[in-house]
Amino acid sequence: MRTLLRLATAGSVDDGKSTLVGRLLYDSKSVLADQFDAVERVSRDRGLATADLALLTDGLRSEREQGITIDVAYRYFATAERSFILADCPGHVQYTRNTVTGASTADVVVLLVDVRHGIQEQTRRHLAVASLLRVPHVIVVVNKIDLVDFDEATYDRVSDEVLASARSLGLYDVATIPVSALDGDNVVTRSERTPWYDGPSLLAYLEQLSPVGDPHSEPLRFPVQLVIRPQSAASEEFRDYRGYAGQVASGLVRVGDPVTVQPSGRTSTVVGIDFAGQERPEAFAPQSVTLRLADDIDISRGDLIVTSRSVPPVTQDIDGTIAWLADGSLVPGTKVLLKHGTRTVQAMVKAIGGKLDLDDARLLPAESLGLNDIGHVTLRLAKPIPAEEYLHARGTGAFLLIDAQDGATLAAGMVGDALLDTKAEVEAVGAATVPA
Amino acid sequence: MTLTDERRLTQLQWLESEAIHIIREVAAEFERPVLLFSGGKDSVVMLHLATKAFWPAPVPFPVLHVDTGHNFPEVMAFRDATVERLGIRLEVASVQDYIDDGRLRERSDGTRNQLQTQPLLDAITGHKFDAVFGGGRRDEEKARAKERVFSLRDEFGQWDPRNQRPELWNLYNGRHSPGEHVRVFPLSNWTELDVWQYIGAEGIALPELYYAHQREVFERDGMLIAVSDVSQPHEGETVEKRQVRYRTVGDASCTGAVESDAVTVEDVIVEVAATRLTERGATRADDRASEAAMEDRKKEGYF
Ligand SMILES: Nc1nc2c(ncn2[C@@H]2O[C@H](COP(=O)(O)OP(=O)(O)OP(=O)(O)O)[C@@H](O)[C@H]2O)c(=O)[nH]1
Ligand SMILES: [Mg+2]
Repeated sequence: MRTLLRLATAGSVDDGKSTLVGRLLYDSKSVLADQFDAVERVSRDRGLATADLALLTDGLRSEREQGITIDVAYRYFATAERSFILADCPGHVQYTRNTVTGASTADVVVLLVDVRHGIQEQTRRHLAVASLLRVPHVIVVVNKIDLVDFDEATYDRVSDEVLASARSLGLYDVATIPVSALDGDNVVTRSERTPWYDGPSLLAYLEQLSPVGDPHSEPLRFPVQLVIRPQSAASEEFRDYRGYAGQVASGLVRVGDPVTVQPSGRTSTVVGIDFAGQERPEAFAPQSVTLRLADDIDISRGDLIVTSRSVPPVTQDIDGTIAWLADGSLVPGTKVLLKHGTRTVQAMVKAIGGKLDLDDARLLPAESLGLNDIGHVTLRLAKPIPAEEYLHARGTGAFLLIDAQDGATLAAGMVGDALLDTKAEVEAVGAATVPA
Repeated sequence: MTLTDERRLTQLQWLESEAIHIIREVAAEFERPVLLFSGGKDSVVMLHLATKAFWPAPVPFPVLHVDTGHNFPEVMAFRDATVERLGIRLEVASVQDYIDDGRLRERSDGTRNQLQTQPLLDAITGHKFDAVFGGGRRDEEKARAKERVFSLRDEFGQWDPRNQRPELWNLYNGRHSPGEHVRVFPLSNWTELDVWQYIGAEGIALPELYYAHQREVFERDGMLIAVSDVSQPHEGETVEKRQVRYRTVGDASCTGAVESDAVTVEDVIVEVAATRLTERGATRADDRASEAAMEDRKKEGYF
């Protein structure tokens, strides 16, 4: 069965992300003739000798005027092995919120570094974002290798530097690949110009990456989106139907399973799992289904149905890590809305626990968080929610902070200390894994 | 096959599940959603997903057709039969009415896809719709490739591509101020091939013109245009009977047909998998106008 892999690019401005995505699409023959003609035409109008493959994703007027990516472009392609959703993200610091958007749903982050310039502040920021979001795989593409004559020593120096930075942010399992996105070296096929590199091409690497985790080994978490009660609108048979519609966030549910509803703590048993007229014996993440329970208990949107074998505690106090994505700053006392699963509650910032210093991956004391800062916060909620550490529950440990006035999305939040294994831990573990 | 493999969704199941989640989020969080329904394949698939999302309850929102007046008769018949079968309310925003009473002027080339924006926005305001489902897919066009699943529109219906909200995980934020609305695209991550495979897998009925048939056509701008009340050949354009099908359905006067032998959904899947032209590139004259035609229209409030 062909599996789906979601991939997001990251890395500093101009390091070649869009060119790489274009190259990946072009060399895997996923660009249709009229799309390519359009890109060639625009390239020619600009006096370029060859087609600028970045234009396959940089599709907005202002992106083309400025030659940069502003917002994420999604592209789709498939090989015999896999289907891919590519999210080409911007490198510019001003658009970090868009890169966080692209990375939040990714299974793999492909982080680019310009071999001439090595690691930049944005490279570190994006590594931190990938670490924070627990993106399952990170691949470092050391790009523009053509501009240093395919020199192995330069490649080694840059990849060691990036790997060290990745480790300081808690990312240990990171591959590096020497690439020329412009010429296609090691993108879809292995290059003869890097004989010293014996790893796979980027595409081959992506095709063989193990599928992501095993969400079914996690305990059942099912946020209720809405209650389905057809009443008089349905045929006789369904007059008394009452089902809870949602998408399984993690784990597996079977008919007969004992469940608990949070935050109320009421318990019941699953008597039916429906999907559009079919009855199913089980459902698993990320299926959208409708659950029926044995008891007529009070359940509505925002509730979380969980397995009674593992019930997350409810709390009104959240310690979390956030990526602040808005222009204003966050200070203690600020009132916001917090969206967790299908529930939105009022929240107040009680304290700022510190902010991540990108240079040495350390948490520094801070009075406030500003645009693109990553930091710790303590929140007090108006109502309790079943909060779980994002570290262990990517599905139910995430939240948004929303501006109550204008509805803007202010921050991506993760319950718990998502920066847990940064510097302090690394010092203990890291020494053994740093190559000589 | 291990137990774990059996419990991995296929790509189509994954896309279906994501779309149903999105549709349910909207039904739960908005007061007055509406689903744009033209009888075209993407809107048919979207409506099919909506019926699955709420089963056994009926779809809890009406559908809206922005009618150019340049229609294929079989598509209109299909539209009416579908809403009748599902028992849902159909609202129509008619470009023809706007032209008749002078609120819109016919364009010099006589095509009407562009003229849909005003009636669409007026219908949204008039009915106080706060969420509008569209069947747009990111693989269709480079500006669409940039749009969020929940796309906020200001009180003029405008899209601001330089200032989109972050969209994190599957936590969609539908908050908006009075007068603003949100366009929602449940098929964002679907490709044309996914749509056809899903139509095949689910046995979804479509207007007949999506399958190969004989039709009188003439060639214009490299496209095959059907002879009809709204599209007559100009001098030098010769009419021929050809075996064609449609990849998209829009204003009949400027939507091209493609030559095809694909009479079944399986045939179409094979054809789409092998095509070398994009859906819009092959069939939409209006998109060829300029490099940023779609972006410019979207900024003004187009679908
Ligand atoms: N010589 C050489 N130039 C490259 C390579 N990859 C990209 N470039 C050039 O680097 C410039 C920036 O490339 P983009 O792909 O737009 O960079 P980006 O990372 O997408 O930039 P943002 O999205 O704005 O952050 C362009 O002029 C590319 O042609 C490469 O491998 N070799
Ligand atoms: Mg770019």
